[in-house]
Amino acid sequence: MSTTTTPESRSRGKAPAGERVADWADGRLGIYSLAKANMRKIFPDHWSFMLGEVCLYTFIIIIITGVYLTLFFHPSMNEVTYHGSYVPLQGQLMSEAFNSTMHISFDVRGGLLIRQIHHWAALIFLAGMFVHMMRVFFTGAFRKPREVNWLFGFLLFVLGMFTGFTGYSLPDDLLSGTGVRFMQGAVLSVPVVGTYLSFFLFGGEFPGGDFVARFYSVHILLLPGIMLGLVVAHLILVFYHKHTQFAGPGKTNNNVVGMPLLPVYMAKAGGFFFLVFGVIAVISAIATINPIWSLGPYRPDQVSTGAQPDWYMGFSEGLIRVMPGWEINFAGHTLVLGVFIPLVIFPLVLVAIAVYPFIEAWVTGDKREHHILDRPRNAPTRTAFGVAWITWYMVLLIGGGNDLWATHFHLSINAITWFVRIAFFVGPVIAFVITKRICLGLQRRDRDKVLHGRETGIIKRLPHGEFIEVHEPLSQEQLHTLTAHEQYIPAQVGPAVDENGVKRKIKASEKLRAKLSKAYYSEDSQIPKPTVEEYKEITSGHGHH
Amino acid sequence: MKKLSARRRHPLAAVVVLFIALAACAGLYTAFAPADKAQADETAQSLAIEEGKKLYAVGCASCHGTGGQGTSDGPSLVGVGAAAVDFQVGTGRMPAQQPGAQVPRKKVIYSQAEIDQLAAYIASLGAGPSIPTKEEYSPEGADAAKGGELFRTNCAQCHNFTGKGGALSKGKYAPTLEGVDPKHIYEAMQTGPQNMPSFPDTTLTEKNKQDIIAYLDAVNSDKTVEPGGLSLGGLGPVSEGLFAWVFGLGGLIAVAVWVAARTAKAKKS
Repeated sequence: MSTTTTPESRSRGKAPAGERVADWADGRLGIYSLAKANMRKIFPDHWSFMLGEVCLYTFIIIIITGVYLTLFFHPSMNEVTYHGSYVPLQGQLMSEAFNSTMHISFDVRGGLLIRQIHHWAALIFLAGMFVHMMRVFFTGAFRKPREVNWLFGFLLFVLGMFTGFTGYSLPDDLLSGTGVRFMQGAVLSVPVVGTYLSFFLFGGEFPGGDFVARFYSVHILLLPGIMLGLVVAHLILVFYHKHTQFAGPGKTNNNVVGMPLLPVYMAKAGGFFFLVFGVIAVISAIATINPIWSLGPYRPDQVSTGAQPDWYMGFSEGLIRVMPGWEINFAGHTLVLGVFIPLVIFPLVLVAIAVYPFIEAWVTGDKREHHILDRPRNAPTRTAFGVAWITWYMVLLIGGGNDLWATHFHLSINAITWFVRIAFFVGPVIAFVITKRICLGLQRRDRDKVLHGRETGIIKRLPHGEFIEVHEPLSQEQLHTLTAHEQYIPAQVGPAVDENGVKRKIKASEKLRAKLSKAYYSEDSQIPKPTVEEYKEITSGHGHH
Repeated sequence: MKKLSARRRHPLAAVVVLFIALAACAGLYTAFAPADKAQADETAQSLAIEEGKKLYAVGCASCHGTGGQGTSDGPSLVGVGAAAVDFQVGTGRMPAQQPGAQVPRKKVIYSQAEIDQLAAYIASLGAGPSIPTKEEYSPEGADAAKGGELFRTNCAQCHNFTGKGGALSKGKYAPTLEGVDPKHIYEAMQTGPQNMPSFPDTTLTEKNKQDIIAYLDAVNSDKTVEPGGLSLGGLGPVSEGLFAWVFGLGGLIAVAVWVAARTAKAKKS
């Protein structure tokens, strides 16, 4: 397209206003070529593909409401006396940060609603990212060419955690102050440099007068800035790679079956944005989150029970709560293992899931692109690993809320702590084994369905008195969907001698890989899918079987 | 006088003099001692103690011993005071149903009159804090903000920010303070029941206690306003996180399924 008008169009009179505006914009921005390339972009339809959209929209909602909050929030730790509308805090000393958050909550029009939307959206954003990440994980959508995008998504989750944490700390209330104290304790536990780091972060002794202003910059500028960049990169890569799809008739590794971006997905996605905003607004209007007026201003000499971080940091709380209070005293120095070990495990929990795609790629040695998603049952080892990881994470979440488990289920907090300590090691293993068995069971069922058809539940009595259940053969579409996945053959360690008959040195990594490959793809780990021959043999036979 | 002087050596003279002296003392005492009303009270008190002792023998003695001296199953009640009895029996904690980490609050089975009799009996065993009067525990005119500060300093580490309760070690717990009578809150601070430390007037003055009661009245009672909507138990981020997952993300996934099911396909599959 270009801006030059042809004689014909001139003869028909002026073009419609919309066309003229579009022409004007194209002449300056080149929107036609962009639109041509992307407007007909196809997206497949599945509800789980909208989880990423939930994250994107909650992120946008957080930014919009966050901007509103910055208009009224004072990131300062100067001490002031409260004289606002909330009576049970009248005359109390508090930081300006807390005072301004009280002001937002009680004296700014719509302030409390916006605050609650901001906070609820943050919790849902992180939960959405968690589930989105698990969707990508269990369907194998992280495989080539999407490994980098997997990492971008993972980074967004981790950055989201820290953005959330810094935001949670800003009101300087008793709950968040305790959380910051917790973090400072973890920093202090770092050998040699811990004390220096703490003094650097807080500008002196805890809590000092700096951290709210510093967290503010990090919370509203640094981390969201990086996240915004990553979100854009994430979306560009989604466009570049095109979306994955589940196997089905007509769907191949080289096409995308679905609806075009315009008009279908634009309408759907635009509408979905408002639905997401609506759901979050309703929740924020009916349920309190972070009632700082109940929590009171932070003072280092006060603490409350039930002091937990927001859910996404809950697993780190669990690590600390269940860790025995070990410490080593050596030559006048204390190494607080009770805090330092959880600090080391904290990133490891996250990294365990982040590196998995690379481990799997190494084990399979598969260098091809994959655009067709796996059904979780067809990758039993991966699925089992994912469930084991979730179990690990959930066990730690239980540890983080051990006091509420104790009071609400009338249990001993010590018993819960011991349960978590044991389940930290045992839980993932049990989850792994059980999940793998379930996957194999489901694979067997699929195989039976393909070969023998669907059980109709109709019992037929034959003339000679025998009872049989009538099986209904699957349609061609169903047969395709159930057998579309491919199955790997376990990798072998190469020959012990090279082409010259000389004994070859086999690297340990090669042996390990062969072992892992066997664990992944041997007969014990996947049920061979029915072959065409098997299917023909069974279906060509007369009568029942 | 002659007669008197003649008999002053009589063997019974000393007895007579002694009698007169005693009579004079008694007369003086009756004249100067507190009024009749006090005497009447004394009688009622001893009656209450008497009745309380009977109730005690039936409901309490099996664990606390026949004379309140305590056994291996229950602590000594000598010196715990009437306030402790009024709290423990008045909230239904005592008599205990079964041994355990902590005796829970339950239905009160004694009438207030019976509780007062039991309290009188226990108070008679040794001096201890007495049942507070309404002027002492009433939150009228107290400073709720100051009470909040005191509560966060002294109480919140077990009872939570607004007294929703919390866990202690090995199955013990700090109970919720929702719906607890101000008198019982006052008595609990005064006497330190079960696993709670006591906060006598030397630690928290009568005024301080009133402030705390006023704070709880403001943030944890029927009168409490919840400006943000449902309080979700007032338990902090754990219940908020659960709510965000179940109703927030759960709701959004339901919406996503609904949207995904409505597509521009020619025919619905």
